[in-house]
Amino acid sequence: MGMSLIVKKITQLVIGLIFLFGINIILFGHLSVGGGFAGGVILTCGFILIMLAFGKDKAFSKMKIRVSHFLSCGGAITFLTIALLGYIGGAFFLNFPDHGKAFHLHSAGFIPYADIAISILIVSSIFIIFVVLVLWGGLTKNSGKDADDEEYIHNL
Amino acid sequence: MLTFYLLLGIMILGSIVAIETRNLLSSVISVGIVGFTLSILFLMLGAPDLAITQVVVEILVLVILIRATISVDNTDIEATRDNFAVVSSLIFLGLFLVFASFAFLEMHPFGKSLMRTSQHYLDNGLAETGASNIVTATVPMIHWVKQQCFSYPC
Repeated sequence: MGMSLIVKKITQLVIGLIFLFGINIILFGHLSVGGGFAGGVILTCGFILIMLAFGKDKAFSKMKIRVSHFLSCGGAITFLTIALLGYIGGAFFLNFPDHGKAFHLHSAGFIPYADIAISILIVSSIFIIFVVLVLWGGLTKNSGKDADDEEYIHNL
Repeated sequence: MLTFYLLLGIMILGSIVAIETRNLLSSVISVGIVGFTLSILFLMLGAPDLAITQVVVEILVLVILIRATISVDNTDIEATRDNFAVVSSLIFLGLFLVFASFAFLEMHPFGKSLMRTSQHYLDNGLAETGASNIVTATVPMIHWVKQQCFSYPC
């Protein structure tokens, strides 16, 4: 299932460039436009493109639901750890590492690492939000109560 | 300035089409047109960060909304009119317009704003954090701002 052959072929050709563009916007977030949030949403749109073109089985084989659970909690805990490490410098959320030279890639303290943590959190969270809203019909009282739905969720 | 008002007119037209059309899919696409025109306006006003984020989040919201509308059987909007709600909302909108016009007459002209607090961020952002993207560097600068505000009348 999924879409026609033309859409599948074009997706195969273009998906690597989409992921590379998203990683570029995340890593250069403290120098040029973007940052963690915009780059993370771009990567999520890449995963959603895989789900729309190839069907949900292929998308779940690339990013499983269990892995998304761990990554979303892990990204948030990493961001909190970076903020708590500011106590080395003396205060909460202090920019304690070396500031480096301006306009270089390795500069601006902990901001690149915070960007990476935020982007991992955003990718897993928005992917799960999309799956719940589109595939499982929202989180109402009656959704997910059918027998094959619950089995499918447990086997992911 | 002319293209600015032209794009604003396109946004107003798109919003009116989104409300008044009968087909549900057409109104979702009109909401998408309003969002994309807003991102072009952000570029013209000099905010590339906001333009990139607006485009990507708009695409995400459009995919979810279109998936939600094409799985519904009935794509026609049936109109029922609630008279009391329409009349009361018109009265409150009129009052809001009257008081907002008093506030608008006292604002600074467009393009020359009064940036007293944010001027501190712009002047010292690069020296304080080492990052050239002030949008990303605003949160780690919070300690510096606390120090300054205790010693300088902000």
